[in-house]
Amino acid sequence: MAEFIAYLIAGIATGAIYALAAIGFTLVWQTSQTINFAQGEFVMLPAVLILLAVKLLGLPLWAGGLLGIAVFLLIFGAGFKLVVVDPMIKHGVLPLAIATMALSIVMKEGAKDGFSAEAQSFPSLVPTDMINLLGVSISLQHLAIIVVAFAAIGLLQWFVGGTRLGRQMQATAQNPTVARILGIPVERMVLLTFLLNAALAVVASLLISPIYLAKFSNGETIGLFAFIAAIVGGFNQVRGALVGGLLIGVADSLAAAYVSSQYRLAVPLVLLVAIILIKPEGLMGRKEERRV
Amino acid sequence: MSPVLEVHDLHKAFGGIKAVNGVSFSVKEGEILGIIGPNGCGKSTLFNCILGQLEPTRGAVKLDGRDVTNMRPSALNRLGVSRTFQLLQVFPELSVRENLILAGQEHQGSMLGRLFGARDAGLSEKAEQMIGFFKLGHLADAKAGGLSYGQQKLLDAAMAFMAGPRLVLLDEPAGGVNLTMLGDLKERLRAINAEQGATFVVIEHNMDFVMSLCTRVIVLAEGKVLAEGTPAEVRANPAVIEAYLGH
Amino acid sequence: MSAPAAQNSAAPARRIDAALIGLILGAIILWFAPVGMGRYGTYVLSLWLVMSIGVMGLNLTLGYAGQTSLAQAAFMGLGAYATAILTTKYGVSWYAAFALSGLLTFAVGLLLGFPALRVRTHYLAFVTLAFSTLIWLVLRNEQWLTGGVFGISNINRPDFFGIKLFGALEFHRFVVVVTLILSLKLWWLIRSPWGRAFTALRENPVRAASLGIDTRAYTLLAFAIGSAYGGFAGALYAPLVEFIDPSPFSLSQSLFLLLMVVAGGAGYLFGPFVGALLGVVLPEWLRFAGSLYLIIFAAIVLALLVICPQGVSGLIERGWNALRRKTGGAR
Repeated sequence: MAEFIAYLIAGIATGAIYALAAIGFTLVWQTSQTINFAQGEFVMLPAVLILLAVKLLGLPLWAGGLLGIAVFLLIFGAGFKLVVVDPMIKHGVLPLAIATMALSIVMKEGAKDGFSAEAQSFPSLVPTDMINLLGVSISLQHLAIIVVAFAAIGLLQWFVGGTRLGRQMQATAQNPTVARILGIPVERMVLLTFLLNAALAVVASLLISPIYLAKFSNGETIGLFAFIAAIVGGFNQVRGALVGGLLIGVADSLAAAYVSSQYRLAVPLVLLVAIILIKPEGLMGRKEERRV
Repeated sequence: MSPVLEVHDLHKAFGGIKAVNGVSFSVKEGEILGIIGPNGCGKSTLFNCILGQLEPTRGAVKLDGRDVTNMRPSALNRLGVSRTFQLLQVFPELSVRENLILAGQEHQGSMLGRLFGARDAGLSEKAEQMIGFFKLGHLADAKAGGLSYGQQKLLDAAMAFMAGPRLVLLDEPAGGVNLTMLGDLKERLRAINAEQGATFVVIEHNMDFVMSLCTRVIVLAEGKVLAEGTPAEVRANPAVIEAYLGH
Repeated sequence: MSAPAAQNSAAPARRIDAALIGLILGAIILWFAPVGMGRYGTYVLSLWLVMSIGVMGLNLTLGYAGQTSLAQAAFMGLGAYATAILTTKYGVSWYAAFALSGLLTFAVGLLLGFPALRVRTHYLAFVTLAFSTLIWLVLRNEQWLTGGVFGISNINRPDFFGIKLFGALEFHRFVVVVTLILSLKLWWLIRSPWGRAFTALRENPVRAASLGIDTRAYTLLAFAIGSAYGGFAGALYAPLVEFIDPSPFSLSQSLFLLLMVVAGGAGYLFGPFVGALLGVVLPEWLRFAGSLYLIIFAAIVLALLVICPQGVSGLIERGWNALRRKTGGAR
């Protein structure tokens, strides 16, 4: 039982990270019809940039961290929208999706060539000790991840629901045409979601890299699980992405422990197929209008 | 004789907005029914619900007495219901002839037959007829995307008639079409109605067009049927005048 | 229905199809091309054609039916492993293995596509993404069947009516013939009523459905046939390289194949050849390091998508039209 709870907590911790990535993914999907296939690489890169800043410029960790994050937000928040999404969205959803695939390759191979083909350790912000809680040994890191990720999601929820700016963003996501009529600066709101997405990716990156190390190929699994989380949760909602992320994280963790470590990846995939077959609109999703 | 199309108490709500709010009517064989109403009165939504493009919130659609509510558009089309669109809907990369053949090909043979059997059997001739009938002869091999607006409109209509449908729903066929072509179009529609006994339901803003083409007219306002009758009756109806002037 | 297709081809036969001539001419050139090129050069040419077949299938899915499949490399893997296992372990002839590979990948395509396309079309991308990962796991973990990371070696090349095709040149010519047959098949399919329906559902699915076109069925078929081409490509790939392991069938490879479709020009018959040329042959000739070339290639595709989403074929077409307009004006 103690073992089970430990795996459960580990699963919730990684699940919270998938949720961060999945929320960013649904945000940009909602506001700008962008299916970002580079989402996993978005989570991989900030840690790599930070280590790069430390290594190349000889900066202390905090300064390298700030610089790396700033560069990332600039290029993959604002730059991504202005350079990739804006010129391409007029061609339709599909070319844009493919463009993000190309971007994911550039990011991944770029990190491999420009940084390192090997996994590099990334400093943890909290002690890596284990604590014993009622007979269950729990990693402090996992607890910290859960706290930080939930705080970030809580903050986002408050921003979206509780502030004027957030509500404007929400309105833009739901119906850009109406939002424009209401005088909401739609373009700026879309840009805001891209920045938010990049910021969420930064948080996820800082949380996951101390555990999984900073490596160019990290984005593959994270991206895949983020997509699955978004679909399982219902593609269109922050809450759905959260539920989906946690579910995937826990399923993955338990599968690794009790099913087969070789096929742990397969369990979330099976979950995806099951959801598509049984409840295609996702656990928390609403049925969409049929068009075709 | 049972009506070709029966719409029974159809409702469609988008969130809190009731776009179609309990519409019932029926169309007899060979009739040309016009549906008019001010902008946003739910005409296009009504069409989309009848044709399975939108899922009605409530109500039923019957074709020859058979329930076809929520049937998929492609299946409904193969039962002989076709439509035109308000906005241009032709396949720009295909030629005029190919557009027409495409419009007919799913109505004969089986899926495998279409691939391995005689190619486009009979369809080329039929397409040729349609091209002649809608006076598109000189454009038969041109890409549909390169045609003028009015010509595309004619092609759109020709595609709807390609498979010899029993019931055709025309969504603003006269919109954006110039006067000479409008006369042409009306004449073509009348001819098909008379010769093939096809039944039409027409949504239109152009009053002259509707009043001179249709045998019966339904007026929609705010998602409901406001009035119904012959063109003359509708024109004289005070409620209709009110609805139009009021908006 | 009983009349043979040839009799009824009156309309299309009015002019001889330029694409058909291009395909046959290309095959003739490629038949003789490797003379004096050496083993390696010949191998690169064969590899180009084999990849082109895979890209061709994906072009049908993406370029003609407008669907994203992220599993084309996985389908190639299925075909390659099926062929390798059948021929090395069970002594099945290559021809039978080739046919079975196509059949298998077609069936798997139907099985994957059916649930995905039932919902929303972009779900196919995610389902194939998941499938890609799953295949990768199986190839790597099921050692008893696939040899795991060590792969399967000593895959024999087939013979052709008693002629052994062991040499690079002989096998290359065999690949040319198979590629020609498969491209002709595809050319025929695209000009068939099915091809017309594929185009229709890419251009305007709503209108297509209103004309009785079962969009779901056609999309599914396009995807399954496209996947089968992946299987065929794999079945040729295995004897070409004579040794297979999981690495060329990974998810990144599937993405790479997709980029080749876009680079060459989605929806163009010759697009896949151009795409595979840029993606496979060019880095070999330029002796570029794999990862760096991948970055450059992806960046070029990104730029192409912004400037000309129709890829290189689209650029050529634009140039050609501009040239024609100029000469037409001069006359």
